[in-house]
Amino acid sequence: MFKRSEQDKRPQLQIFVDGVAVAARQGDTVSAALLASGRDARRSTAVSGAPRLPYCMMGVCFDCLVTIDGVGNRQGCLVPVAEGMQIEIQKGKREIGK
Amino acid sequence: MTKNVDAIVVGGGIHGCSTTLHLCLAGLKPVLIEKDYAGRHASGVNAGGVRQLARHIPEIPLSIRSMGIWEKIEDLLDDDCSFESHGQVLVAENEEELAVCRARVAELNALGFTHEELIDATELRRLVPAVAETCPGGVVSRRDGAANPAQTTTAFRRKAEQLGATVREGVAASNIRYSGGLWRVDVGTESFAAPVLVNAAGAWAGKIAAALGEPVPVETVAPMLMITSRVPHFIDPVVILRGRKLSFKQFSNGTVLIGGGHLATPYQDRNETVLDWRSLATSARTVFELFPVMRSATIVRAWAGIEAKMKDDIPVFGPSSRHKGLYHQFGFSLHGFQLGPGAGAVMAELIVNGGTQTRVSDLGIDRFHPTTL
Amino acid sequence: MIVAPKREDYDVVVIGAGPAGLAAAATSAEAGLSTLLLDENIGPGGQVFRAISSTPVTERNQLGADYWVGADLVQALRASNAEVIHRATVWSLDRNLEIAVSIGGASAFVKAKRVILATGALERPFPIPGWTLPGVMTAGAAQTMLKSSGLVPDGRTVIAGQGPLLWLLAAQILRLGGRIDRILDTTQRGNYFASLPHAFAFLTSPYFIKGLTMMREVKAKVQVVSGVTELSASGDGQLANVSYVAGGKRETIPADLLLLHQGVVPNVNLAMSAGVEHRWDDLQLCWSPLLDASGNSSVAGIAIAGDGAGIGGANAAVVRGRIAARAAVEALAPAAAAKLAPMAALRADLAKAERGRVFLDTLFRPSQQFRIPAGDTIVCRCEEVTAKDVLDAVAIGATGPNQLKAYRRTGMGPCQGRLCGLTVTELMAQARGKTPQEIGYYRLRAPVKPITLAELAAVPKSEADIKAVVRG
Repeated sequence: MFKRSEQDKRPQLQIFVDGVAVAARQGDTVSAALLASGRDARRSTAVSGAPRLPYCMMGVCFDCLVTIDGVGNRQGCLVPVAEGMQIEIQKGKREIGK
Repeated sequence: MTKNVDAIVVGGGIHGCSTTLHLCLAGLKPVLIEKDYAGRHASGVNAGGVRQLARHIPEIPLSIRSMGIWEKIEDLLDDDCSFESHGQVLVAENEEELAVCRARVAELNALGFTHEELIDATELRRLVPAVAETCPGGVVSRRDGAANPAQTTTAFRRKAEQLGATVREGVAASNIRYSGGLWRVDVGTESFAAPVLVNAAGAWAGKIAAALGEPVPVETVAPMLMITSRVPHFIDPVVILRGRKLSFKQFSNGTVLIGGGHLATPYQDRNETVLDWRSLATSARTVFELFPVMRSATIVRAWAGIEAKMKDDIPVFGPSSRHKGLYHQFGFSLHGFQLGPGAGAVMAELIVNGGTQTRVSDLGIDRFHPTTL
Repeated sequence: MIVAPKREDYDVVVIGAGPAGLAAAATSAEAGLSTLLLDENIGPGGQVFRAISSTPVTERNQLGADYWVGADLVQALRASNAEVIHRATVWSLDRNLEIAVSIGGASAFVKAKRVILATGALERPFPIPGWTLPGVMTAGAAQTMLKSSGLVPDGRTVIAGQGPLLWLLAAQILRLGGRIDRILDTTQRGNYFASLPHAFAFLTSPYFIKGLTMMREVKAKVQVVSGVTELSASGDGQLANVSYVAGGKRETIPADLLLLHQGVVPNVNLAMSAGVEHRWDDLQLCWSPLLDASGNSSVAGIAIAGDGAGIGGANAAVVRGRIAARAAVEALAPAAAAKLAPMAALRADLAKAERGRVFLDTLFRPSQQFRIPAGDTIVCRCEEVTAKDVLDAVAIGATGPNQLKAYRRTGMGPCQGRLCGLTVTELMAQARGKTPQEIGYYRLRAPVKPITLAELAAVPKSEADIKAVVRG
């Protein structure tokens, strides 16, 4: 859906999405890195299980909700990636207490 | 132009709406007057607990009467009110609290009430698996449950209107007076007159009572609630604590409601409340300790509803001690929601029949003002 | 690194580091007031100057000169003594000017003598059939990715809607080598006539030449369909097709990405939750706060600057930020106000910056069919409530957005109405034959952004709690 500009010279780093290593760039948000990765990053809603991807990328729509380093329901569009970060795509109601 | 009706009910909370409906069922034509909209304040935004558990003894008969109506609420209202009956459990956090529970259940049994049942740690764990393992037991009221308060209050209002009640929302009742043998109330440019006036104005009812010469020790409070985003189902009954302020329940949609009576600052004249986040943090800490599973849940919203709390924590319910045709129904002191259906039925009996089989005599305003009637 | 606020009390707390917030914080700090700027994003800039300090897009002409203006604002802020915290999410503000802010998973409370809200705008909801499908995003979302990560669309891409941002985004995507297959312009034909009386002000405003040049640049490279009157997205769990009607003719084209935009509206959540009174704006079709000429709201001590005060654009936002800050300085340290630009000069700057706005608002007033959906189209994305659900509730007695909650959970999900509130108000107003002002809006509540129970449990105890322990 998206490609990176050739003039982007930011350092690469590695994050893990559902356990799989994915390349990202320093300064990407989690949502931008997921969309840039080309992977299927669709979450499913807690209400009907419908698939969603980020819609607004500015912190208002909550369609980018994702589990980051074990903490669920984070807004992926507001969190910058970090080396080794563990991302889980949320499916349905988020389990608590794990 | 004055419109003559059979009764004027002031206040569109669950009590006013329920009384209006039950008056309609008895064949009367009442008018319901609500300054905002039905369920705008505490009746629409409370925790929705349908609880006989841990009630003050004087209001237990009314609570039991009400429970019978709750169990057939859909027959009455054509709306299930999202009522679910999975019991309510009062948790004792230590042996001292369990001893208090034991004495309470014994006291109730001696009075002939059997709805509260002492439970040990095993039964507590069976009912509430997620509760911290240190809790030694508690009390259960198995018929109790919870409903959606806004849906319920709205359903009472809707059914009353369908059965012929006149409903006026968005304009306050003013100039309440008794003349020519009738109670008269202005609502904007309209006036209503009736032989009966019911003061069910919640946090605003104390002012009405005082203006009619019956001041009572009442204050305005705004208990706070907060709710989480949807999480997988993990608990059925409503849980309350013996020692600390907490009520806790999960709706069928997965959201978890956390309440218990910590108070916001009410600004009654502005219909506004300012939340006290440090007190809500206390509630969060209690949940954190009691339900470790909840620690990573997200809080999505918090709010508070404005209501009346009596100094003695039991409502003012029944005929006026000074005026013919005036009835009070307010001051439910943070636990009026479950009583709403029954209180409306009993109030209609008091108005229509002049008496009721349900024991409510301990709730009268005559505990503050010896009757002069 | 996690940085908590250095103090518990500030003269001025500014919320939001877009054009208004940057200008307000720099002005306030320059006058010597203790100033804290809290911002939710990774770096300064807000939306319009997004990633101004970190963008990988280094060829300056690609983002345009208007973008790089933001660098000067950031420089002025850094030269001041304002304390700045990014990735700081303010989740509560009340009329006592107490602010709760979440930073790095921990919450802190700060008190302010004055609060300047600069929480800006968000894109107007665009509730067409299929707008929740993966592959449908806002134009602003694409622009955010472009500015902050140098990402551009490379699949089959359709841009639909109207307004200046849409053309700017299209030009930027093309300059960076991205792909746009078609632009569907939903500007209502009648709007061209309606906006004519305001055209003179616009023609003499700086927007005119810039806007015209950009539209020419885009039209030279992309097929533009104007007069689009119907629009929908479809696909099985993922966008596959975009369907539209223009000039009475329906066409369906395959697409991987649909970018929607029909203007921006004030982001009201924090202001409304603090009790700030708002009014329905019949021209801009949104809620705007009631403010005096210095940006002061109905809540004593809270001022609003920038697009949150009513849409005015970036230049106006900067000036409104300076005006609000100057007003704070006049109230708290009158002697220091002499250092700042005089109020009269600022008001003249604002008039200049607002020139042409009425023309834009009238020309780009979104059509009813793209604001007020019908049938199975989702209104509330969080709780998945459709237009029909809302109308059914109205039919059995729901009279306004708050009453609607008793029937449907609209607005009760995590976005707290940001993506459905305007739609619900207009839909109910239409169904009930009332004005949006009469119908009203959701009562908004803190936390305006969710926090974990553990984070709330860890906040400092109240004084009463501490005393109880001491006595104990």
